[in-house]
Amino acid sequence: MGTTILLPPELLRMVFTAVVVIALVFLNSLILGYVERKLAGRFQLRPGPMEVGPHGILQLMADAVKLLGKQFIIPQAANSPLFRLAPLLAFVPVGASFIVVPLSQKLQVRDLDVGLVFIVAVMALNMVATLIAGWASNNKYSLFGAMRSVAQSVAYEIPLLLSLVAVVLMTHTFNMQEIVLSQDNIWHVVQQPVAFLIYFIAGMAETHRAPFDLPEAESELTAGFHTEFSGIRFSFFFLAEYTNMFFVGSIAVVLFLGGWHGPQLPFMDYSAAVWFLLKVYSLLLVMIWVRWTFPRVRFDQLLNFCWKYLTPIALVNLLVTAVVVKL
Amino acid sequence: MTTNPDNQQQSFFLNMGPQHPSTHGVLRVLLEMDGEYVRDAEPVIGYGHRMQEKLGESRTWKGFMPYSARLDYVGALPCSHGFIGLIERMTGIEAPPRAEYIRVITSELNRIASHLLWLGAFLLDLGAFTPIMYTFDDREQVLDILEDVTGSRLTYCYFRVGGVSRDIDEPFVEKTRAFIQRLRSRFKLYDDLVTGNIIFIKRVQDIVQFTPDMAMRYGVTGPILRSTGIRYDIRKNEPYSVYPEFDFEIPVGETGDCLEVYRVRLREMEQSLRIIEQALDRLPQGPVLAKTPRQLKLPQGDASFAVETARGELSYYLISDGGETPYRLKIRTPSFSNLSPLSELCRNVLLSDLVMVLGTLDLVIPEIDR
Amino acid sequence: MKQYFSLLFIGTKSLLVGLGVTFRALLSPAVTVHYPRQKIAITPNFRGHTLLVKDRSTGRHRCIACMMCERNCPSNCITVVGEKPEGATKKALTAYSLDFTRCSLCGICVECCPTQALDFSDEYELAAFSREAYHYNLLEQVEKTA
Ligand code: SF4
Ligand code: SF4
Repeated sequence: MGTTILLPPELLRMVFTAVVVIALVFLNSLILGYVERKLAGRFQLRPGPMEVGPHGILQLMADAVKLLGKQFIIPQAANSPLFRLAPLLAFVPVGASFIVVPLSQKLQVRDLDVGLVFIVAVMALNMVATLIAGWASNNKYSLFGAMRSVAQSVAYEIPLLLSLVAVVLMTHTFNMQEIVLSQDNIWHVVQQPVAFLIYFIAGMAETHRAPFDLPEAESELTAGFHTEFSGIRFSFFFLAEYTNMFFVGSIAVVLFLGGWHGPQLPFMDYSAAVWFLLKVYSLLLVMIWVRWTFPRVRFDQLLNFCWKYLTPIALVNLLVTAVVVKL
Repeated sequence: MTTNPDNQQQSFFLNMGPQHPSTHGVLRVLLEMDGEYVRDAEPVIGYGHRMQEKLGESRTWKGFMPYSARLDYVGALPCSHGFIGLIERMTGIEAPPRAEYIRVITSELNRIASHLLWLGAFLLDLGAFTPIMYTFDDREQVLDILEDVTGSRLTYCYFRVGGVSRDIDEPFVEKTRAFIQRLRSRFKLYDDLVTGNIIFIKRVQDIVQFTPDMAMRYGVTGPILRSTGIRYDIRKNEPYSVYPEFDFEIPVGETGDCLEVYRVRLREMEQSLRIIEQALDRLPQGPVLAKTPRQLKLPQGDASFAVETARGELSYYLISDGGETPYRLKIRTPSFSNLSPLSELCRNVLLSDLVMVLGTLDLVIPEIDR
Repeated sequence: MKQYFSLLFIGTKSLLVGLGVTFRALLSPAVTVHYPRQKIAITPNFRGHTLLVKDRSTGRHRCIACMMCERNCPSNCITVVGEKPEGATKKALTAYSLDFTRCSLCGICVECCPTQALDFSDEYELAAFSREAYHYNLLEQVEKTA
């Protein structure tokens, strides 16, 4: 922790972990994409993808190939450099933020002391990517999507941060690994159920998924901020969405659900990642479930909800936490 | 970009449609926007114009039958009912009672199918992806029943002058009864999933207001008119076919907002089920097609006939000069009048609300354009 | 204040009820049919494109080339050609073509035929690559059927 000189074995571990993490990020999109479509089908009384591979498990591969084969069109009126930049900006920061996520005791690329701060900073970048994508497209619908995403992020980020701070108050650290270690006996979700719920709701807004999918809002804005994107660029947004989901889920698990803690396994230093992933995916299943059940809220309603309900409750929760910790 | 001199705010124009996911067809709405607020919404129609009225003038009454079903393809049978009723009124041909009962049963089934489609599509407009699959599940049952007797699933050409083209049989009656049971038990599911849902209520309640006055000025009919508290339904006010023989209510609302329209439509489905049930119970025996001359000349003069489709009042007006084809055929379609108040309704609402209102109107675009 | 909390409570409850509905759907079997591999039985009353029916007793079609169907079709999609063979008193059908791209499946032709020579097929898989694929030669079809 905090070592400035990297010893070769440590370097080896970092490289190994980095490879694992990158692989995981891409694999996650495939798995999650498939699971989502399958589950959506089941919620809607249909079997979901069935054609490509047994039970359609290769469907996402087929889609990826299709997207790769598509022409990408840059509208004449678009701001070309920004238009090219936006998909990357949507994906890369979220992907990079996995540097500090502890999949297990050893499977963490870098254990920053300010891990949580780093993550929160990266989260905010997500909104910038959406804004740029919408702005550069030079399409009114895209612009609406972009503006909505800004308005939305102003609203949900405050309760989101407040709920995270409640945990920080309890653990006295921003270091992700230490937060996990502090949940050795009892998960924070037991002590902080309100903060967890608030984080989860705000997190759903963060991922731009129904019922908070305002920047995309298909029935209103055709496809919102990514209306003009096609082919591989579009697939980056797709990747970004699932990576973002995974990311939001990971933080919830690290902060509230005991991270990689779980029953003992051989090579616990590494294999504990299994518990971590299990927890993350169960959270993501709930997110998918919610998405395929509810209608979309209107964006001023989301703002109202965030300001009138989430923020005050998060504040009260924080206050109570502070008092209890002090006692 | 234009500048609004009143408040020095910039407004701009946004074309919603003709290709847009929630206009449900080739409707274009020209929006004057101020940020996300709609300052003015002007529907631009005509993209799907098919000259239905002119076609009617160049075809014999027999030849127009298939066209009448293509006016409102979501609820085609009531539309055919109107046209057939018009010809029968002009020529004095009467359909046997069994045929009239079958017409009512199938029309009401079609009305339910139409409302179910609306329910799903409306929620899709609101961003809920799943309910449409459930309503389609139910609607499929209706379509199967109707396919069995009419031979097609959407644009039926089933009614004939003097009756219907095919008799119904015992399996039809059984299947319809099973469907009545099924749909009654499904209302609970829709209530749980949709009606009670807080997000749904907040999205549709008190956003825009249909008033009796506005409805009368624009000639709005159907569930939207009834949601404002006016009890006007052709089936009761100007009864046709055998509707007077059944005991059913016309659901009316009070407040006239979109939630009320939603409620009225749901209750209408229940009433339709009641009508079908009674008709099945009392189904008379006998032929289903009266003898009609092969070559039928329309007598000189004019006549009109109105029916209550799923969307409101649809009426035909025909002038004949005694030839085989009408001199003039005028069709009044409900969606056209129901769309008209859009610009008055949607001042200073959000874009999302406009989409919601368009969904509430339950438009069938080709019916507007004719 | 009271309203604030009651709304929160009612809202949360309604959302949970909604989740319950979809969860039950998750556990119930799918209602769809895996189409190209599985097919549902189609009703015998289905109206596909029209056909000339084969008379069981004679083994031939029953059309007498009276042109009633051609004249009555609202979409003008039927072309009947009949010729008097030498020495015969009646016309015989030499060609019957149906332009299915324009047919509205109204059934008028079937109903007005004096000899019940026409019926609907139960063909519903209609995809083809060219417009001409829908110009059916019904006479050829009926002669080919066993
Ligand atoms: S079904 Fe109707 S449109 Fe088709 S060929 Fe027969 S008469 Fe013509
Ligand atoms: S009406 Fe019947 S008999 Fe006459 S031409 Fe047509 S198919 Fe042949």
